[in-house]
Amino acid sequence: MNSQVEMRSVYAETLVELGQEDERIVLLEADLMRAHSTQCFRERFPERSINVGVAEANMVGIASGLSATGKKPFATTFACFAARRAYDQFFVSANYSRLNVNLVGTTPGITAELNGGTHMALEDVSLMRAIPHLVVFEPSDPVCLRRLVRRAASHEGCTYMRLHLGPTDELYDPTEDFEFGESKVLHSGRDVALIATGVVMVREALEAAELLSSRGLSATVVDMHTIKPIDRNRIIEVAASCGAIVTCENHQIVGGLGSAVAEVLGEEMPTPMARVGVNGEFGEVGPVNYLRERFGVTAAAICERAQEVVERKGR
Amino acid sequence: MLDEDARSSLIAKSAQIRAMTLDAIGFLGVGHVGGCLSLVEVLTLLYYRHMHVDPKDPCLRTRDRLVLSKGHAGPTLYSILADRGYFPKEWLHTLNKGGTSLPSHCDCNLTPGIDMTTGSLGQGLSCGIGIALGNRLDGLDSLVYVILGDGECNEGQVWEAAQAAAHYRLNHLIAFTDYNNLQIDGYTHEIMSIEDITAKWVSFGWFVQRCNGHDFQQMDLAVKRAKNERVRPSMIVLDTIKGKGVASAEGQVTSHYMKLDYDSALQAIAQCSGGATDANE
Repeated sequence: MNSQVEMRSVYAETLVELGQEDERIVLLEADLMRAHSTQCFRERFPERSINVGVAEANMVGIASGLSATGKKPFATTFACFAARRAYDQFFVSANYSRLNVNLVGTTPGITAELNGGTHMALEDVSLMRAIPHLVVFEPSDPVCLRRLVRRAASHEGCTYMRLHLGPTDELYDPTEDFEFGESKVLHSGRDVALIATGVVMVREALEAAELLSSRGLSATVVDMHTIKPIDRNRIIEVAASCGAIVTCENHQIVGGLGSAVAEVLGEEMPTPMARVGVNGEFGEVGPVNYLRERFGVTAAAICERAQEVVERKGR
Repeated sequence: MLDEDARSSLIAKSAQIRAMTLDAIGFLGVGHVGGCLSLVEVLTLLYYRHMHVDPKDPCLRTRDRLVLSKGHAGPTLYSILADRGYFPKEWLHTLNKGGTSLPSHCDCNLTPGIDMTTGSLGQGLSCGIGIALGNRLDGLDSLVYVILGDGECNEGQVWEAAQAAAHYRLNHLIAFTDYNNLQIDGYTHEIMSIEDITAKWVSFGWFVQRCNGHDFQQMDLAVKRAKNERVRPSMIVLDTIKGKGVASAEGQVTSHYMKLDYDSALQAIAQCSGGATDANE
């Protein structure tokens, strides 16, 4: 399972398949069709492909109106624009109106790379978590992506998906199924649980588990693909079995996965924990490998924080 | 051309709707008096003469829809919906009370007959476009009406939507601008001028008309022409008076959101029975 496939192609292909099965599926783009490789949907279903140009707020409003007529829109743009620019539109026209709009935010966090800090959505999960009833998720591999896009299409209510666009390997068997709110355990251990989300950080967590193993510590790795509704049971389960937790996100440590996990632990099972993510800084330009080091979202950083929380156990 | 019976009937109905709106706001004691009253005639025209709707089937797929993008004018629309039988008239006295089905700003999940939730200005036209596109995908001839405020046209999203509607040749989309010259902080030309509003919509590729927003004859003709338009979305700019029908509110900045106790509302109702007629003489 180590051949690479472009997540953007998987997204586009899945939409085409869905479009063939269900004529209610509609794609909306804001002049980023070429970035998302969704031209294949337009070629197949030109009437159901709506490009609004550089007008994200309008796009989300149109998606809401389409939903009001029974359509199932997927509105796609960079995560920074989806979450920040069109937030009120998504909040009022889509979510508050109880419609079924699927908003897709691409190039999340540091994967915005050479587009730089203005385009680096490091707070989108934080914004989206606060919207009542919204499902917020971030697929970690092509299998997960295919399944969860399908779940989004049949979900009653709005969804927000962070979509990594670039090439990635498969972590899961192609027959693996996924449900919103049901995380996956990719590796089992006893000493610490690494709870991660997204293409970049799930892989960093897996690498961190190997580093920890070479230091005599065994780590559980959880793919928390759905940040909302968060898998409370899994968090409690790994808190009980490991006694220490490190969260790993391509996002500010405020308001996203780390905060969501801390909320559960604080209420249900206080457990030593640490949050790995961007710590209160704006994004900046650079290739992903540079940015991982720059913002400390690496396997080495996860490993170090894991060792710290393990030491705090039992104090 | 409206015949005399039809015109008189609309005038009488608009007087009734104006009274019901004042009654609802007055019973609460406060509300968006100005912007509610400026829309009485156009909403009356649409719901009693033009729109294909069924109060017994508010979710009828083939219905014409209306997006009240200036959602704070909800009370006027509620009066019409109540009168048309979407819900009991008694609901009008629950306006903005805790647990109500009639909030200030239109909510499609709370109120039968409301087609879209609005209230955050600038969003409704985009939603109307989405509805029109959805109808087109389903091969329907249904019309989509959108009502904008003039102050609302400050919002950039309105112009994103204006571009898109023309680009997608949404000739089943008919929008109105309630051009009552006032926004919360003052006259529109003082706060943020939207002139030349008519030329703006023309340059965005719309079929644009302008008329007196309290004159049924003029408005009816404009709507008929809009319905006959085969290519472009339509914009009908309505010259209106904010607070129309209540002497103390007409043209007043403070009428956007003002206290109105029930006694004053009843007095205003008694005085404004002729409020709709002067434009129609």
